[in-house]
Amino acid sequence: MRAMISVRSLALGAGLFASSAFAGDAISQTTKQPINLTAIGMFFIFVLMTLAITYWAASRTKSTADFYTAGGGITGAQNGMAIAGDYMSAATLLGLTAMMYTRGVDAYIYMIAFFVGWPVILFLMAERLRNLGKFTFADITAYRLNQGKVRTMAAISSLVVVCFYLVAQMVGAGQLIKLLFGLDYGIALVVVGALMMVYVTFGGMVATTWVQIIKAGMLLFGGTTVVILAMTQFNFSFDELTTRAIDVHKLGTKLLAPGSLLADPVTAISLGLGLMFGTAGLPHILMRFFTVTDAKEARKSVLYASGIVAYFFNVVALMGLAAIIIVGQNPEFFEGGDIGGAIIGGGNMVAMHLAKAVGGDILLGFLSAVAFATILAVVSGLALAGASAISHDIYSRVIMKGKATEKAELRMSKFATIGLGVVAVLLGLAFEKMNVAFMVALAFGVAASANFPVLILSMYWKGLTTRGALAGGYLGLFSAVTLVVLSKSVWVDVFGFAAPLFPYTQPALFSMPLAFLATIIVSNMDTSRAAEAEREAFGDQYVRAQTGLGAASASSH
Amino acid sequence: MSSIAYARIRNNPQFAQLVAARGRFAWFLSAIVFIVFFSFVLAVAFAPDFLAQRPFASSNVTIGILAGLFQFIVFWVLTLVYVRRANGEFDDLNKAVLDAASREDK
Repeated sequence: MRAMISVRSLALGAGLFASSAFAGDAISQTTKQPINLTAIGMFFIFVLMTLAITYWAASRTKSTADFYTAGGGITGAQNGMAIAGDYMSAATLLGLTAMMYTRGVDAYIYMIAFFVGWPVILFLMAERLRNLGKFTFADITAYRLNQGKVRTMAAISSLVVVCFYLVAQMVGAGQLIKLLFGLDYGIALVVVGALMMVYVTFGGMVATTWVQIIKAGMLLFGGTTVVILAMTQFNFSFDELTTRAIDVHKLGTKLLAPGSLLADPVTAISLGLGLMFGTAGLPHILMRFFTVTDAKEARKSVLYASGIVAYFFNVVALMGLAAIIIVGQNPEFFEGGDIGGAIIGGGNMVAMHLAKAVGGDILLGFLSAVAFATILAVVSGLALAGASAISHDIYSRVIMKGKATEKAELRMSKFATIGLGVVAVLLGLAFEKMNVAFMVALAFGVAASANFPVLILSMYWKGLTTRGALAGGYLGLFSAVTLVVLSKSVWVDVFGFAAPLFPYTQPALFSMPLAFLATIIVSNMDTSRAAEAEREAFGDQYVRAQTGLGAASASSH
Repeated sequence: MSSIAYARIRNNPQFAQLVAARGRFAWFLSAIVFIVFFSFVLAVAFAPDFLAQRPFASSNVTIGILAGLFQFIVFWVLTLVYVRRANGEFDDLNKAVLDAASREDK
């Protein structure tokens, strides 16, 4: 079976860890399964529910502020749930359960790396993001710099991130749906693309947020139910669970000890930094901070989001351990009934098999529907972020120089969404047979190297100038893309060369400092009059960032 | 918002106090997260045997698992601590600064 996703490559060892880690969002080749009617029925209910919400949201989406940020009226709790929804992808559920099943505690360590960025984003960024931003993060970077040039750069890097992330999600969606629902790859892509366009064009941020919230709720409910049902078999005792798991697992007692996964500190630190700062540079995550009323609610969002993510990771860890006994010892789930052989449907199906073993077809159907809903929600958030870069940054601010009417901008954002949806489906079809793991690495690498340095410096450093921002931003973009192309995931896996020219797969550890250096050096060398005025303007921006005086408010429309 | 209002806030000693106190607190908490997490990463890389030890004779739980669970809980508690203080004490101070600025506008 070729259906193993990141898990098989994870098993290859620490050297590949970074690539496989980011491949968590990319699901490679799978085999079509028989049509699953329970799953399709449950998914159909989800679609009806979300379409009803979209219909309701459409009546509340009249201005650009409604479209981009739900009018800034989302509460901290709702936004926290939606952020958690953005962060917990189908790959988190399937990939991390499978990783725990094969690698034990190594997977748990990996989940901590996934989690640790959130507190730091709260402490250092959340409040300033909310106080300075309006619709896109370019509102912040271009605040006191040259609007046209800086926005163009931010829009280009946002679109690079969104497009690669979108294609990786689409290819993953097609493969997963083929596997879970027994639908054709092409049909799956068209369904995902069409639903996404409906949610975003009609319902904007209001609909997208509620799709995220519902999906996050379903994911939490599904995961918790599976764990509770599974734990009844071990009398809810962690020791009984682990003792039996150790008895049957090939790792034995090493199951509960760190293994080879993070043995190389360069890879481990690069992973930690890449996840932390990549997350802090993803346009669709940043955009979520502009949907709340004020800095107070922005802080609460992170509190809720991080609590939900932490809880869910622990649920997934228990699912993986329970699956070692419940799935791993049941011949029904192995090809030809051969325990220890190939798992039916591939390694990533462990979570699904566990659901079936403890809750029958109903729970399996529910969890499959959750996985589909998850992809749909993440894709919608990405499309909205991409559309706002096109309509708000490029069209309204750069091309029309702020003179576009609100109606024209809104129309442009809807065209942009449809355009992105079509591009995503076409690219998804084109990349069907390819290993798209590199696309997620690229999205995180560009987010951490092109978006993050300029964004954080614009909030914290008075000396930043337009020239510095452009130099650092473009260099970060260029170096991140180049390093990914020269790494194993493209140079070897796509182009077929024998050895990679760049030994690591996550570029952030190198391209991010490069971007910071370039930004700082060029800014310091910039003695132009414009640069002088830009440094002057930091004082007012600083007061706004700290106090929220003059911040875009929910009542501004 | 007028530059005058911004300049007035900048010259308000309460503003300096707010920014200094909140900034110090945010960096202090960030430093805890960085130090704990990267110490853990280094322990995974260089002292895996230590993390594999079982502190309780009667249980399978390893130091590695405890350290992981500890981080999930403590990091989340730190976000709670920050949100409570920022949304309470610091926001009260923030409001005082803004009120002072708008009073002087009249």
